[in-house]
Amino acid sequence: MLLLQQIINGVMLGSSYSLIAIGYTLVFGVLHLIHLAHGEVFMVGAFVALQVVLLMGGGVGVAIPAAAVASAVLGVLIYLAAVKPIMARKGHFLAPMISTIGVGLVLQELATRMFGGEQVGFPVQMESHVWHLGGLTITSVQVVILAVSLGLMLALHLFVTLTRVGMAMRATAESMVISHTLGIRSDRIIILTFAIASALAGVAGVLVGMSFNSISPYMGVDMGIKGLAAMLLGGLGNVYGAMIGGLVIGIVEVISVGYLSSSYRDAFAFFVIIAVLLFRPRGIFGSTAHVEG
Amino acid sequence: MLDPYIESILIFSGINVILALSLYLPVSAGLLSLGQGGFMAIGAYVSGYMTSVLGWPFAVALIAGGVSAGIVGLLVGLPSLRIKGVYLIIMTMGFGEIVRVFFLNFEPTGAASGMGGIPTETTLPIVVGVTVLVLLMCFQIRGSRIGRALEAVREDELAAEVIGINLTRIKVAIFGLGAAVAGIGGGLFAHYATFIDPGQFGFQRSAEIFIMVVLGGMGNFLGATVGALVVTILPEVLRVGDMQEWRMTFFGVLLVIIMIVRPMGLIGVRR
Repeated sequence: MLLLQQIINGVMLGSSYSLIAIGYTLVFGVLHLIHLAHGEVFMVGAFVALQVVLLMGGGVGVAIPAAAVASAVLGVLIYLAAVKPIMARKGHFLAPMISTIGVGLVLQELATRMFGGEQVGFPVQMESHVWHLGGLTITSVQVVILAVSLGLMLALHLFVTLTRVGMAMRATAESMVISHTLGIRSDRIIILTFAIASALAGVAGVLVGMSFNSISPYMGVDMGIKGLAAMLLGGLGNVYGAMIGGLVIGIVEVISVGYLSSSYRDAFAFFVIIAVLLFRPRGIFGSTAHVEG
Repeated sequence: MLDPYIESILIFSGINVILALSLYLPVSAGLLSLGQGGFMAIGAYVSGYMTSVLGWPFAVALIAGGVSAGIVGLLVGLPSLRIKGVYLIIMTMGFGEIVRVFFLNFEPTGAASGMGGIPTETTLPIVVGVTVLVLLMCFQIRGSRIGRALEAVREDELAAEVIGINLTRIKVAIFGLGAAVAGIGGGLFAHYATFIDPGQFGFQRSAEIFIMVVLGGMGNFLGATVGALVVTILPEVLRVGDMQEWRMTFFGVLLVIIMIVRPMGLIGVRR
């Protein structure tokens, strides 16, 4: 029973990692870029939601859309200002990634300046119900987190498989040159991809803020690396891999805290990364196509 | 006597040059690392523990710090044979975080509250001496058989292997050497700062070292040196108002601009 409870808690935590990992993987899919400011986009989403709720009041229903919109705008701005100009110049293949490190540093520093370096409470509360099912305890916050993240993942799945724009996104990820020849405006698709990826990260920011009840300007680095771990685990560029990868990392983390030691919890995700890279560099669902990267 | 303020800038310049060179070494074989802060932490903690708790002489502790970081580097370098490019970068990032979390929980070195009471042993002549030695080593490596092998590996691994270069040996060796140099840099840092905590060696530190090398140009070791000097001295020159506080913002923006305007760095060779 304890194990089952741990797994449920792990899924709650992991669903936020999944949302971040999906963002990484979408961007990697179309541009072959590791977007290292993605964790900071997540952090900014959480802070914007906090500010909006403090100013306007309202609960989760206000916080989540606010974070999604703010993060999407930020993500598109990052692409236009710090990625596109570099891609256009065809320098070293890692140059765009290095530039996103720069963006991440700026965002983290600006957030520290504006909101202070301390952890702040996250007052997006809602009526708190606690259900007891047998020996299991489930809170209403957990239900909301799970519903929102699974709902978004389902929506994304429907979007990329059923709509024309979603198909264009997949085609661009497959081959930008060919899809361009076929009349897909790849630049718009890339912007859309950044917007979706960043919006998901922003929502994840609110969800993480709700579950830990605190946010800080430095949380982006940590979550960013865990999201990367989840993406690697699933395989670069694979959306479903990222979903599963996030859940696996969440469960591994919670179980390792439960049975081993809580103080090393942040290191487990990184052990997972290293193990994956050693034994199966392409990830669970990945193809070998990107491994040469 | 030298003004203490100038002296501290010179000491930090030297330490940063050593750290930048520690990243330049693996980069010269095409192995990018975003985890040099982790190796620096190992060197800093090992040497700091030896001088402050065990009472060993500084020189021995410094070398021991470098050697232990080097050994860890060899262990981390082994998997680097299997992975390249972005994968290696992510793995080294993960490694850097593991080291930070480890020291955050390691009681003998003070865990999260840090380790104080490290004697001030790092003086300007020592830093200059070590920097010159490391520079000399990079210069010697470049002209040597190993240096040419490294260049071949960086340009085309397959071709390098075909002409008889042992990829395994050269990649692991250069990664370990870089880690050892970072460890020595960390030891020097610890004995100048006299207080170290895990937060000083996190992702920001690794990114800063990365910035120095990218800024100067990844093509040669003079680039890394110039990059380190610019990163250390520029904020001091620009010390107007609270410019110092905005350091990371400034470097973040600088990094983006350099990638747009001069992707090969200040002293870069276009390849």
